[in-house]
Amino acid sequence: MGKNLLAGFKWKHYVNYAGVGIFALVFTIMSLTTGLPSSTLYLLEKIAISVILAVSLSLVVGFLGELSLGHAGFMCIGAYIGGKLSAVLEGVLGNGVLTLILAIIVGGACAAIFGIVIGLPALRLKGDYLAIVTLAFGEIVKTIFRNTSNESFGGTLGLPTPRYDKKTLFIFAFLMVLACLAVTQNIIRSKHGRAITSIRDNEIAARAMGINVTKYKLMVFTVAAFFAGIAGVFYSYSQFNVQSDKFGYNYSIEILVMVVLGGMGSVNGSILAATLITYLNTKLATMLTGEMAVLQNLIYSLILVLIVIYNNAPGLKGFREKYNFGILMNKIIKKKPEHEHHEGDDSAQWHRIPTKIKMDEIISTDIVVKDYTKPDRANKGDKGDE
Amino acid sequence: MEFISTLINGLSLGGIYAMIALGYTMVYGIAKMLNFAHGDIIMAGGYAIYVFLLLSGNPIVAAVGAIVMCVLLGVVIEKIAYRPLRGASPLAVLITAIGVSYFLQSIAQIVFGSAPKMIIVAQLGIIKLGGVTIDVSALITLACSAVVMVALTCFVKYTKVGRATVAVSEDKGAAQLMGVNVNNIITLTFAIGSALAALAALCYLLKAPSMYSTFGSLPGIKAFTAAVIGGIGSIPGAMLGGIMMGVVESICNSVPVIAPYTDAIEFSLLIIILLVKPTGFLGKKRREKV
Repeated sequence: MGKNLLAGFKWKHYVNYAGVGIFALVFTIMSLTTGLPSSTLYLLEKIAISVILAVSLSLVVGFLGELSLGHAGFMCIGAYIGGKLSAVLEGVLGNGVLTLILAIIVGGACAAIFGIVIGLPALRLKGDYLAIVTLAFGEIVKTIFRNTSNESFGGTLGLPTPRYDKKTLFIFAFLMVLACLAVTQNIIRSKHGRAITSIRDNEIAARAMGINVTKYKLMVFTVAAFFAGIAGVFYSYSQFNVQSDKFGYNYSIEILVMVVLGGMGSVNGSILAATLITYLNTKLATMLTGEMAVLQNLIYSLILVLIVIYNNAPGLKGFREKYNFGILMNKIIKKKPEHEHHEGDDSAQWHRIPTKIKMDEIISTDIVVKDYTKPDRANKGDKGDE
Repeated sequence: MEFISTLINGLSLGGIYAMIALGYTMVYGIAKMLNFAHGDIIMAGGYAIYVFLLLSGNPIVAAVGAIVMCVLLGVVIEKIAYRPLRGASPLAVLITAIGVSYFLQSIAQIVFGSAPKMIIVAQLGIIKLGGVTIDVSALITLACSAVVMVALTCFVKYTKVGRATVAVSEDKGAAQLMGVNVNNIITLTFAIGSALAALAALCYLLKAPSMYSTFGSLPGIKAFTAAVIGGIGSIPGAMLGGIMMGVVESICNSVPVIAPYTDAIEFSLLIIILLVKPTGFLGKKRREKV
């Protein structure tokens, strides 16, 4: 998963910029020449927001290996602070680019500050405990904004936000997608990125190698929160009214689903999954109206369960290796598969090498390490099923 | 005097949370997964009560029927959705659980519609003891949860199957070597958790007779929080956490100024407790050594 990012060809590093750029450019040209219906513009904004959210969350979940269920909480902070600021600045600077940029910077910065504030204490925890704390954080943010007074943040009525010119907002959103990609990928491909993936693969070993685990965890959390905040600002711009109920844990989970379906530790996968899921959600919502609307969630949930089982079930491993997407693609373009079944070659996944040594029992630890870092225990579980 | 009735209400709410939290904690202890669909089993239980009440008209039949239905549902979900993923990464299992949760919610919405259903199980009224007014439903809930907790503790401590459950949660491989059928124990855990969820649904309906498709989310999340506060994987911890959560919620709700912030206070409590005790009150702190 992470391997084509770490040791791929050079051109591979830029294919996603090119993809997003071309995608945005085509729609920009279309909107400037022929004009696009406002529903398409709205969809484009939503896609850009989802991509920013998914890429930033994939930094936490896919590369740092910590589960965060509070991403919508950071987005909520960005949406409210940015929305409020743009509403205030509208009177001073007008509803222009300057207001938008200021709102983006301030909204993102506020979310990032909260990322540090929640990160500093919460990063003592890990795994499921960290997940539940981030979930609690998201719910707290939501509750606090819901109970603000009508003058400050709108309370239960929601915060009314100014609307930027529809035709050009999505361009800014896609520029921000590119910025987000640049930051994320440059972090991942630098030595910091290797440090982050090493924390994911084995925190204790990473610490033993002299990696400052707290620093990197905090860095990842802050960057992810920053971009979630920015996505929130764009969200507030794309809506007439920001409602706090939108940012519950269900939304965080939706973002998580994008990251997981895209493939953990794959930025390109996150982008594709975010685009696809947002598109499908919107299409299904417009196609299935009235009584049929509930079918949307049914289809969505079935696809989700099936894909996750297909991708992860140990029993389907042989089948997956035979018919995997990458190999099929290689067959289509008649290319020799480069690393077929050579998982062990990849330094980032060394824990998959079957070993008799139990790393986790050699090195002392405070909290029980989760099962998937224990190769031997996972194998036992497999045998138990037979 | 008002404080006493607040406290009793809090204890009964805590009893409900404890019953749900027990389901979370037992499944976590044994299958090492966060069963996000657990809250929706409560919802399924509520609707099952509705159906059986329509069919029979007898609350006790409805309750028993709902428990049976929920047990079946829990076991089937475990077999179809979670068992294929045994040994896969916990995150994959978590996402599947989320998918199952959405699935149950949308099925409920398709079958029963999105408008809340009024489900009046029984008319219970209130008792006045001196200056204290107590809901009979709160007393029933308290009694119910107390019986459940005692029974579960006895089950885990004194029966062979219960001890096997503890063994599996300690070390799956070793338990298997000692002749425990791990798969059966996991199924049993899901069955017990789902039965408790059905009981929780009954108690909720006695308190407020309304049911809708996303009913289970918030109690589910709060009970999960309670399980984490108590130390996830620990059965007495889930009881302690659940009761604490219920009492805090009840007290917060009784003060008008802080009532809107009840959820925020409860979740802040979780964060603070985890910061002081990173594995919850009664969670095991394992220090593995060379």
